[in-house]
Amino acid sequence: MSVKLTEEMLTALPDARGHFGAFGGRFVSETLMDSLVTLEREYLRLKKDPEFQATFDKDLADYVGRPSPLYFAERLTRETGGAQIWLKREDLNHTGAHKINNTIGQALLASFLGKKRIIAETGAGQHGVATATVCARLGLECHVFMGAEDVQRQSLNVYRMKLLGAQVHAVTSGSRTLKDAMNDAMRDWVTYVDETFYIIGTVAGPHPYPLLVRDFQSVIGRETRRQALEKAGKLPDALVACVGGGSNAIGMFYPFLTDESVQLYGVEAGGLGIETGQHAAPLCAGRPGVLHGNRTYLMEDDNGQIASTHSISAGLDYPGVGPEHSWLKDIGRANYVSVTDDEALEAFRMLTLVEGIMPALETAHAVAYAVKLAATMEKDQMVVINISGRGDKDIHTVAQLDGIEL
Amino acid sequence: MSRIEGVLQTLKGQGRKALIPFITAGDPHPDVTVSLMHTMVNAGVDIIELGVPFSDPMADGPVIQLACERALKHGTSLRRVLAMVKEFRATDNATPVVLMGYLNPIEAMGYEVFADAAADAGLDGVLTVDLPPEEADDVAPLFAARGLDPIFLIAPTTTDERIRAIADHSSGYVYYVSFNGVTGAARINVEEVAKKVTHIHELTALPVGVGFGIRDAETAAAVGRVSDGVIVGSVLVDTIARNQTDIEKLKRELTDLLNPMREALDSLAS
Ligand SMILES: Cc1ncc(COP(=O)(O)O)c(C=O)c1O
Repeated sequence: MSVKLTEEMLTALPDARGHFGAFGGRFVSETLMDSLVTLEREYLRLKKDPEFQATFDKDLADYVGRPSPLYFAERLTRETGGAQIWLKREDLNHTGAHKINNTIGQALLASFLGKKRIIAETGAGQHGVATATVCARLGLECHVFMGAEDVQRQSLNVYRMKLLGAQVHAVTSGSRTLKDAMNDAMRDWVTYVDETFYIIGTVAGPHPYPLLVRDFQSVIGRETRRQALEKAGKLPDALVACVGGGSNAIGMFYPFLTDESVQLYGVEAGGLGIETGQHAAPLCAGRPGVLHGNRTYLMEDDNGQIASTHSISAGLDYPGVGPEHSWLKDIGRANYVSVTDDEALEAFRMLTLVEGIMPALETAHAVAYAVKLAATMEKDQMVVINISGRGDKDIHTVAQLDGIEL
Repeated sequence: MSRIEGVLQTLKGQGRKALIPFITAGDPHPDVTVSLMHTMVNAGVDIIELGVPFSDPMADGPVIQLACERALKHGTSLRRVLAMVKEFRATDNATPVVLMGYLNPIEAMGYEVFADAAADAGLDGVLTVDLPPEEADDVAPLFAARGLDPIFLIAPTTTDERIRAIADHSSGYVYYVSFNGVTGAARINVEEVAKKVTHIHELTALPVGVGFGIRDAETAAAVGRVSDGVIVGSVLVDTIARNQTDIEKLKRELTDLLNPMREALDSLAS
């Protein structure tokens, strides 16, 4: 089923209870409800406040370095032999990923709400770094929750956060990855709810988070749209982005949802292969359930226990996904696919060698799929990959696979 | 009248307060849960809250997190928990049982399948931590049709408007969470609890149970002075954790914990 989306349909979503069709909502313990209601009310007010928006735009320009370039990857295109491949360079943002677009916005919200204590969860550490960065800038107390396994995998980012003045809490419960970091962040939030602002790093969580994170990240798609028209004289034929929680993907997709000619591809982590069960691809291989405050596609067993996930990339190693993606999947507007660890690694090496751009392992999933896709398309067509982040943080992981001690 | 309402009304008539223990089903092993329930009844409890283990218990502290892990390791599914309730009910037709847990296991089973199985097992109430009344439109009629009491939480942060709405959606009792935090934390401030519970009583006629932070006879009595019941969880679960292999000793320790609470609560009776 595919539905033609209109502006009216989009502005009606999420509905007053934070639902995108059957997905989303606000499934949290009562202690947090008042705080979420207040956040929703204040956000909807500030969304229309020219001063808030002007401050946000100025910070994106002068602090993040936006707009990020839309770059024509000529050599990659030639090697692929299909559609033109363009790269939206979110890796060039301050701190090296798209995550900062959102942390700038949420930290601004926190300031307007008078909250001085910030908490965040992180997987790859990019969101933790982006949060620690804005907290340093605004003089806010910062606590980052990170799965103990990810603390190992992403030690560089852990140290970066500490240098930025954040306290990093290694989470040893459950599977010791991103979902457990989010559990502990929610436990902290419930405990210090009065003084704390929780900066969620992706378009998941209870309403209004999926809405406000999407709004803050939509700058990616708005710029891409304008830049494509300027540089190529047309809209792209396809957009490709990796999907962990889905924030870089929704930020890219959202401003194109009503452009029927633009195909959307969200790339999930196929891990060792969907058939092995060792992956992190809820949209490809999960079913709807409720976790971390929203109803969405999840990886779970028959009894509703959340399944453990596997991905080479810490930032995609999450059993859920933002509810708006679940909705886009069900109405058929976006396509969700997966690539394996090995394919992502190969793409990591290829983009580095062919374009001199080293992508994050998360991003490499999008690159891997986009190259396959472009090869099947006409030479006058245009594919844009969201280069959500740079790969410096992953050099350790790749070196280890190469058997090299750094 | 539901079994929960009946028990709470009788207690009220006697000027007594409900003692409501919480344990995680399947901890330390699914085979002993039912006998632990009977042990607690013999120690004088009035209603049992049985935790349904979940892989991601976001509102729980380490003690109940670990209990969930132990229970899940032994395959304690929601179906198996309902089977425990049914087994308990076969020999105890008087003590209400409330399931307390997270929404996803119920959602995975299917609301209607769950409601049918719960009613068949002789379950009395359902408390789903991450299901606020706003999201309960689908389950509410299914529970109501089968006489299952939906029990919702009220927190220190809950506004008057929400307290009224929550009470409208609840039956049996409402559960007041005594502090902002997770289960097992030591953050209870009895004076603040007293103020809020008195206020909740002004807004609803439903009985109010208070949980989180009640660890001994003293806190039970202090809270029981203002509430209609006290819910005791982490201290019991911690006792289970320390006595996983010697079940007879575990039963003695649970009894030794609950007896003084019962006495302290009954000493309040006017
Ligand atoms: C570079 C990069 N891309 C993508 C992601 C995945 O997050 P999302 O799906 O929200 O964009 C992460 C998360 O850590 C990341 O660091």
